[in-house]
Amino acid sequence: MPRIVSITLQNTDDARPIIAAITADNPGARINAMPGIVKIDRDDSLTVRRASVEDRLGRVWDPQEIHLSIVSMAGNLDEDDDYFNLSWS
Amino acid sequence: MNAPLKLGLKQRYSLLTSGLDWTPSYQPFEKIYPYAEFEGIKIHDWSKWEDPFRLTMDAYWKFQAEKERKLYAVLDSFAQNNGQMNLSDVRYVNALKLFLTGVSPLEYQAHRGFAHVGRHVPGVGPRIAAQMQSLDELRHVQTQVHTLSHYNKFFDGFSEFRHMHDRVWYLSVPKSFFDDARTAGPFEYFIAIGFAFEYVLTNLLFVPFMSGAAYNGDLATVTFGFSAQSDESRHMTLGIEVIKFLLEQDPGNLPIVQKWVDKWFWRGHRVLGLVAMMMDYMLPKKIMSWREAWEIYFTEAGGSLFEDLARYGLKVPKYADVATAEADHLSHQNWATFYQYCHAAGFHTWLPSAEEMDWLSEKYPTTFDKYYRPRFEMWAEMEKEGKRFYNNALPQLCSVCQIPMVYTEHGDHGATSFRVSDYKGEKYHTCSDGCKDIFDGEPEKYSQAWLPVHQIFQGNCGGAGLEDVLKWYKLNLGADNLQQAGSPDQKLWDEWMAAKDKVAG
Amino acid sequence: MSVVALDKQYADKVEIRDRLENFHGNQVVYVHWEDHLMFCAALAFPLPPGMPFGALVKEILPTYYGMHPDFAKIDWSKVRWMIDGIETSPRLEASLQDNGVGHKSIIRFWTPGLDGYKHSRS
Ligand SMILES: [Fe+2]
Ligand SMILES: [Fe+2]
Ligand SMILES: [Zn+2]
Repeated sequence: MPRIVSITLQNTDDARPIIAAITADNPGARINAMPGIVKIDRDDSLTVRRASVEDRLGRVWDPQEIHLSIVSMAGNLDEDDDYFNLSWS
Repeated sequence: MNAPLKLGLKQRYSLLTSGLDWTPSYQPFEKIYPYAEFEGIKIHDWSKWEDPFRLTMDAYWKFQAEKERKLYAVLDSFAQNNGQMNLSDVRYVNALKLFLTGVSPLEYQAHRGFAHVGRHVPGVGPRIAAQMQSLDELRHVQTQVHTLSHYNKFFDGFSEFRHMHDRVWYLSVPKSFFDDARTAGPFEYFIAIGFAFEYVLTNLLFVPFMSGAAYNGDLATVTFGFSAQSDESRHMTLGIEVIKFLLEQDPGNLPIVQKWVDKWFWRGHRVLGLVAMMMDYMLPKKIMSWREAWEIYFTEAGGSLFEDLARYGLKVPKYADVATAEADHLSHQNWATFYQYCHAAGFHTWLPSAEEMDWLSEKYPTTFDKYYRPRFEMWAEMEKEGKRFYNNALPQLCSVCQIPMVYTEHGDHGATSFRVSDYKGEKYHTCSDGCKDIFDGEPEKYSQAWLPVHQIFQGNCGGAGLEDVLKWYKLNLGADNLQQAGSPDQKLWDEWMAAKDKVAG
Repeated sequence: MSVVALDKQYADKVEIRDRLENFHGNQVVYVHWEDHLMFCAALAFPLPPGMPFGALVKEILPTYYGMHPDFAKIDWSKVRWMIDGIETSPRLEASLQDNGVGHKSIIRFWTPGLDGYKHSRS
């Protein structure tokens, strides 16, 4: 059985470019909209890429800004200046 | 783009922690960290600790300040625009009363607990993470009290939340849960709250319920809920980091950690029964059933997690299968309990409407029509005859979870589940194999339980009559308690709605 | 197995709050009517150990269970009793104590033919 990693973000103006970047960069990601939030699931691993969010946002974006929009997550986290990754080992 | 010479995130974080610790020269280690060893956990190298969030203090303050600014802007406009009038229905407010009396004080307990652990674990990485979490939890209780203070201007049942938390019978369930964790050693606390509660179970509390708040028009609660939850990802990460670290440090840690995981999973599952009832019965517009939430957040997310942890030899919590089976019963059994005891509760209850019962039948096809619909229909008949059922005797409580012994046998849900242990010649009753195992594992601790029903009998709760006890609870008879229909809350709401209709013409 | 605690004397300092002597001459007795889960849990009462078992049946049970439509239909001669897990036929004139009901004992009873509202065990 594939192990599911997951990230839940608020459905807000700040988060929508992040959601769009995740959708574009992670083929097979499953997007579940609930009132106020969006839960994104994917098998095994999921990455938020800084460059990809910046393209959509039109400004410099620090991956740690995700702290302002994140609601929940599942998976082991690896975070650096250019990405935010969730995976099961 | 980053400015030249700026340090990378990993470097910045390692500079935050490196050299922050030192080897004591004039005090022995055990005197500085008196709680570090008695639990039997062995740590050989604290420098192996990794904090994946790598949040430096300056970034922490910056983000937290930003979260507060956003939250208070929403709270201000919610109050300015009388947001309480846009709720789906006034019944919803009862879920907030339960939240403020039952959950918000736990945020404070978590704050205290992490402050303690942050002082007493002898590793600099987890100390910093625990310190941040301690501050977060203080922020959570403060923002929740602020948010709900607006409701307190209009509705009953909010004003004495702190007093009630320490005294009211059903609030001893969440209170004793945290008292239990905070009186354990620092490593058990980490596993209890950081791992079992924050990682495995807290999603069930905050995610679907807060999404439900959004769905029911409560802009204020959804905003504090998700503001708190944005810290929760960091807390979850701390929880999973702790468990991996303990399991990697010494093979002898595994059985100790497994016992804690089993215990705290079951303890948490019992406490979350309150949330199950909030979702299935107290949200006027339903978002998902408790059963569905359990599938997503325990079966699916927990399944992947425990598969990942299997490499350390850690097993899925004992009785996880029982908890999953109970998801079909939990909310109904709890709501039925509050229905019959709401003369002694700080919120109102009601019977589900015909449409709500149909929704419950659909969500719980194997259990609702068989066991619970008849119960509610019987009570509806009694209400019609003017004989609304209140249970006038006090219930037997479980010695561990402190919930009335309402749960049924796994395999025969028409029969109450009774378990009993003997300790030093006294009988101790528990509601389930999960609670009995916990009692038997530490009878010294649980034999001391302050069980509200027994305390009333001993005369320690203001007197023998219901009115005496309610007074001692600071529960305002006729306003805070009893049925939703006929309550001052309902009357006020009906006036608001009538005025709205008039304006609308 | 010894308790895991910082204080080596922990076990000696345990204070049991539910000791019999804290109940002012009463003992705690739990009663449960099986197959009638309208009453969500067993009921707890502080009762004098010398109280006749018959008083429990004639005074306490009707007061707290009487609102259930099945209650009036109970044939008391057919009721099955269990005290602390052991099936017994209690003597109504004897005291609770003499019937084996102690502090925190549980008395469960089954009423044959009666299994709740529309046989739902509620
Ligand atoms: Fe919190
Ligand atoms: Fe937390
Ligand atoms: Zn229990």
